[in-house]
Amino acid sequence: MKTLIATTFLAAAALFTVPAASAAGYDGDLEKANIDVTNEASLQRGANLFMNYCMACHSTEYMRYNRVGRDIGLTEQQVEENFIFITDEAGDPVGVGSLMTNAMSEDYGEEAFGVVPPDLTMTTRINGEDWVYTFLKSFYIDESRPLGANNEVFSNVGMPHVLWELQGWQEKVVDEDGNERLELVRSGQMTPSEYDRAVRDIVTYLSYMGEPMQLDRQRIGLYVLIFLGIFTILAYFLKKEYWKDVH
Amino acid sequence: MASNPDTKIQGGVLGWVDARFPLSQMWNEHLAQYYAPKNFNFWYFFGSLALLVLVIQVVSGIFLTMFYKPDAELAFASVEYIMRDVEWGWLIRYMHSTGASMFFVVVYLHMFRALLYGSYKKPRELIWIFGVLIYLVLMAEAFAGYLLPWGQMSYWGAQVIVNLFQTIPYIGPDLVTWIRGDFLLSDATLNRFFALHVIALPLVLIMLVAAHIIALHEVGSNNPDGINIKDHKDENGIPKDGIPFHPYYSVKDLVGVGVFLMVFAVIMFFFPTGGGLFLKADNMIPADPLVTPDLIPPVWYFTSMYSVLRSVPDPFLGVMAMGAAVVMLFFIPWLDRNPVLSMRYRSFAAKFNLAVFVVAFVILGWLGLQQATSEVSEMSLRFSTVYFAFFFVLWFLSKERSMVFSLIAFAVVVGIYSFYDILRFDPDSAGLLMWSWLIPTVYLFVTMVVPAFARGLGRDRAVPERVTS
Repeated sequence: MKTLIATTFLAAAALFTVPAASAAGYDGDLEKANIDVTNEASLQRGANLFMNYCMACHSTEYMRYNRVGRDIGLTEQQVEENFIFITDEAGDPVGVGSLMTNAMSEDYGEEAFGVVPPDLTMTTRINGEDWVYTFLKSFYIDESRPLGANNEVFSNVGMPHVLWELQGWQEKVVDEDGNERLELVRSGQMTPSEYDRAVRDIVTYLSYMGEPMQLDRQRIGLYVLIFLGIFTILAYFLKKEYWKDVH
Repeated sequence: MASNPDTKIQGGVLGWVDARFPLSQMWNEHLAQYYAPKNFNFWYFFGSLALLVLVIQVVSGIFLTMFYKPDAELAFASVEYIMRDVEWGWLIRYMHSTGASMFFVVVYLHMFRALLYGSYKKPRELIWIFGVLIYLVLMAEAFAGYLLPWGQMSYWGAQVIVNLFQTIPYIGPDLVTWIRGDFLLSDATLNRFFALHVIALPLVLIMLVAAHIIALHEVGSNNPDGINIKDHKDENGIPKDGIPFHPYYSVKDLVGVGVFLMVFAVIMFFFPTGGGLFLKADNMIPADPLVTPDLIPPVWYFTSMYSVLRSVPDPFLGVMAMGAAVVMLFFIPWLDRNPVLSMRYRSFAAKFNLAVFVVAFVILGWLGLQQATSEVSEMSLRFSTVYFAFFFVLWFLSKERSMVFSLIAFAVVVGIYSFYDILRFDPDSAGLLMWSWLIPTVYLFVTMVVPAFARGLGRDRAVPERVTS
């Protein structure tokens, strides 16, 4: 057995040297998003920012407007008035029960950005919440890029710094130790802590978007476990009763 | 039939049915008068649990089929439709995805139980054969089902596995086209995989499960002591150490069901992706034939076999090795000729052999999830060697071997892979090659050479007359 354990450890030790792959090829540290999906105010602010800044290019096409409204505490009227910017073929705003597509055609997206802006319904599930959070905070000025901005987490990203009005502009600087970091060189409408909160709100909203039933399933799961616990206890005593005469 | 008082024709509805269909007879033969050994332990829960998971998968699968669209254009969105718009759709879908992984958990534990207590030995060889066939069909079923969400991992995982057939000489490329129904993995492939997953394979699976249970009830259950309870019957012909399956084991299994469902619920409600093991993040990106993911690991339950495949540099030989890794299981009843069934009474060497096999299988599974670096490949090769050596040692430990035979057999087996090591020797990786050489060698030394010197470690113990507890 000792040989067995030693062998296992030796093998494990040799194997843990394998570098871990991370989302979109970024291997630096990600900032913690620290989101709270139960925070309705954060979800509403995040939805507002997302609809106004992101949805012109990115769809969340597996989700419906009215479901979002219902889940984050908005009336259908509020959703219609504030969130619906796309129109149907007749030019009227789409219905509140529509899927959340966007107005940009794939061809236009490809022409403008070099790549079709991806659907973001499940972006937090694909890349992780911390990745999205850090990504949105990591744009910096790079004149060599067609749209004047690059990203530390996702280098040479096709996306421009959409939130520049809020954050301001960052530049990549090298400090005396030779470490690269991003420094705010022109402030925006928000202070850095306000901007962090805004990004956190967007990530909260996107986390909800990735799995809109996540709170439901945890709540229901608790009741199911309580039921199964009682069931198992009763089953155990039933078994004990039946097995009394087995020796 | 008339001689058996319990199955004679009675009045009422039951009597009416019994006169036309052997309902009471079947109930008695398989439940109320099926005498199971009274000493079943923890490991005996997993047979009934496998049946439970099968039911869960069939029922949740039926509901998923009502909303899923087997069309390359619509499949991905229809899964998200189930997750978002269908009432309780997320529950049904998570139930099915959790069930798939739990099926393998339960089946692997069930197979381990058979190895632990020699349940494959005479007269239960056919039960074991049916079991391995179930395992094979289950793998095909899981593989076909994994394509259906039509995400990136679905697509590229299927691509990798289907392309394995490409390595077969002469017919490979045509065979792959035939399997896919197209020159690339496409809508045609999705449709046929849907047909296989939803009807063809489940049908085979259920028939095999029936055969498995019929064969079991024909010869009777084994038990942790590996004793045949039918050797000691009372005056009524009932085994003295047997108790009727119903109600004793039906109520006992109910406890197992409760505990198992709690584990199932914890995963389903709180960790449905299983940290990426059960549902992979990359599978939430729709399938894109033009973008190959960086890493395409199979789902966890295939990774051990996948490691065996990757450990062989030649693709065709790798596929053969992977196939052999499963096919070898069929031969276990005839490799292990030791008359003692249960590990309880087997020698230290036999216990060690099984323990190393389990550890090797788990490590191979872990390796299969990793990027193929030189370390990973080397370890895969070493533990694949251990995996296959297990079958040889199983045969070797069938009886006490002489000193000379032990040493020669050890030298031959070690010589085979050491010869291969010499052929592929590369000074740059000599350190890794040499220390990892110790893994199979120490294992074989302990199981084959040590018992020749320390006879006590290779000797099986006496099996008691009657079951112990």
